[in-house]
Amino acid sequence: MTVAATGNSPPVRSYWSITWRRFRTHRLGMVGLCVVAVLFLVAFLSPILANEQPILCRFDGGFYYPAVVDLIHQVPGTSLIIQKQRPYRLATFDFKREFDPERGDWALWTPVRYGPREIAAEPLAGPSSRHWLGTDQSGRDVLSRMVHGTVVSMKVGFLSMGIAVILGLVLGCIAGYAGGAADLVISRFIEVVMCFPPFFLILAVLAWFPPSIENVMIVIGLTRWVGIARFARGEILRIRETDYALAARSLGVRPAQLVLRHLLPNALAPVLVSVTFGIAVSILIEAGLSWLGFGVQPPDASWGTILRSGYENLFTAGHMIPPACVAIFLAVLSFNLVGDTLRDVIDPRLQAERA
Amino acid sequence: MLSYILRRLATGLVTLFGISVISFFIIQLVPGDPAQIQTSQIADAAVSERVYQQLRELYGLDKPIPVQYANWVGKLVVGDLGSSFHDGRRVSAKIGEALWPTLSVALLSFMLTLIISTPIGIYSALRQGGGFDRSVSTGLYMLYSVPNYVAGMLLILYLGVKWDLLPFRGMRSDGYDEMTTLGQMWDLAQHYVLITFCFTFGNLAYYSRFIRQNLLEVVRQDYIRTARAKGLGERSVVLKHAFTNSLIPLISLIGLTFPFVLSGSVILEYMFNWPGLGRLYFESVLQRDYPTIMALNFITALLVLGITFIADLTYGLVDPRISYEK
Repeated sequence: MTVAATGNSPPVRSYWSITWRRFRTHRLGMVGLCVVAVLFLVAFLSPILANEQPILCRFDGGFYYPAVVDLIHQVPGTSLIIQKQRPYRLATFDFKREFDPERGDWALWTPVRYGPREIAAEPLAGPSSRHWLGTDQSGRDVLSRMVHGTVVSMKVGFLSMGIAVILGLVLGCIAGYAGGAADLVISRFIEVVMCFPPFFLILAVLAWFPPSIENVMIVIGLTRWVGIARFARGEILRIRETDYALAARSLGVRPAQLVLRHLLPNALAPVLVSVTFGIAVSILIEAGLSWLGFGVQPPDASWGTILRSGYENLFTAGHMIPPACVAIFLAVLSFNLVGDTLRDVIDPRLQAERA
Repeated sequence: MLSYILRRLATGLVTLFGISVISFFIIQLVPGDPAQIQTSQIADAAVSERVYQQLRELYGLDKPIPVQYANWVGKLVVGDLGSSFHDGRRVSAKIGEALWPTLSVALLSFMLTLIISTPIGIYSALRQGGGFDRSVSTGLYMLYSVPNYVAGMLLILYLGVKWDLLPFRGMRSDGYDEMTTLGQMWDLAQHYVLITFCFTFGNLAYYSRFIRQNLLEVVRQDYIRTARAKGLGERSVVLKHAFTNSLIPLISLIGLTFPFVLSGSVILEYMFNWPGLGRLYFESVLQRDYPTIMALNFITALLVLGITFIADLTYGLVDPRISYEK
């Protein structure tokens, strides 16, 4: 750090800021990142993008903002603090039927005026000016269901990888740092898990639990940690032998602190790469499971269930298939692009090659 | 060498044991056994309960789980995989029937992958950064990001339904038996097209990239420079000196992926109504058919272990520098 203090030397940048600078020079990686950001926004803003209730309205003399409350409810726990105003929170209340312009009612609608569960039109109608992507077998708006399906995919992708990261890092660090018997047991365990085709394992476990998005997330997380654990173990093994690790050890840093403060941060970059790819895989697995009927349950929407409705009505309603396919493809492609770019960016050997 | 083989076999056995214990317990510990499913339709409670108990006895589910596990292992040792809880048929017969549909698609797709991606990989490595390299790798990358069941759905929708070009349900058409031999072959071939394509296209990018990457790594070595320096033609340098040396990781990749290809894809086989192992597994899970699930898990694990083992041994054949003595 004394170097930085001398004044005319280049400013010291953190590892992550250097990585980000490099990342920005990769066009495809940035495109991927933008698509990921858009998917995120769509997922978070889904209540004000597609809702059967308006963002803001005047109804029977009062002002209401039901879709905004739905948006706030996206943050867990907020439903305890704020609730929809009186008629809107009732399941039987149908705003569209009660809506009466004569009385002076007006409404600022969401871009898609239909909720994901709302039965809005004829079943299996093709795309029209009212329903841009048509309707499904129950007459629900497919575009609205696609928007709300994004929530499922993003949730599953990130939360299941969150579980996998925690498990993988803990076990990987223990195996890599402690070595000996712990390493032997954990490595064998990793090998055992790797011998199952992951989809078999997930299916076998899910068959016994009531299918729900939470169970899907947990089970995917419980099967996807293996790769991360192997990565973390390898990195810790490598870093453990570096001079700075030795320096920290000789200064008397305790093992737990050594791993958490000195080793793990330096092992995180490769783990991040495998997490990014892992998110793509989780999204893929979730859609596949929902397609098979083990994931999200009707009437809730997910890209996989939309694809399934299309498959079941192949000859009458093929219009549901392409949108769901495009969505899954875009999500997988963009996460893969980000992952690939990250891998290129954090590997100094490749950097030297490009320069 | 012998001691290496023995050591590997020993650890392999331990792993297999672990796998079988884990899958046995996952399957058995959770509520909802096959006897319950099969008796859930009986209206009379007393009859239902009696049949339920009899079924549990028949399946051996009334015994403690460790005893059940011991019984299962005991039968397995003499090569008996048991009978299905669902239809009472031998598990080995059920698996035998499902094996060929899956294996044939896997082999076909594997051969196609290697035949197509090897030249692409070599050529892009030689013209690294060139127009061919970039356009092909971008194209294949896009394909790689298309999930196989997504492609399957689109192919079924357009080629199967809208344009009615290819069949997509099962292996054979109705009236297969009345066809001439030539007609039967044509029919079979048509049914293979879509599902084989779905299994193959994703691997193309992966394999050609992999071959390209390894070749690039090898080309940088000193012995390649030596080969060039002594005046060998580019063709001989690339094919004889570089490519053969880049084969080791390829063998390991094949070894690692093949068992998973073999276990079939549950979604694809279900989507194409293909009577293979993936669909058998899915149906067995739905029917809580413990013996079939156990057998499939066990066989897949055995294959994974066996093939990694063989792949490790073949390293020595390809690369004499690798020694198995510690």
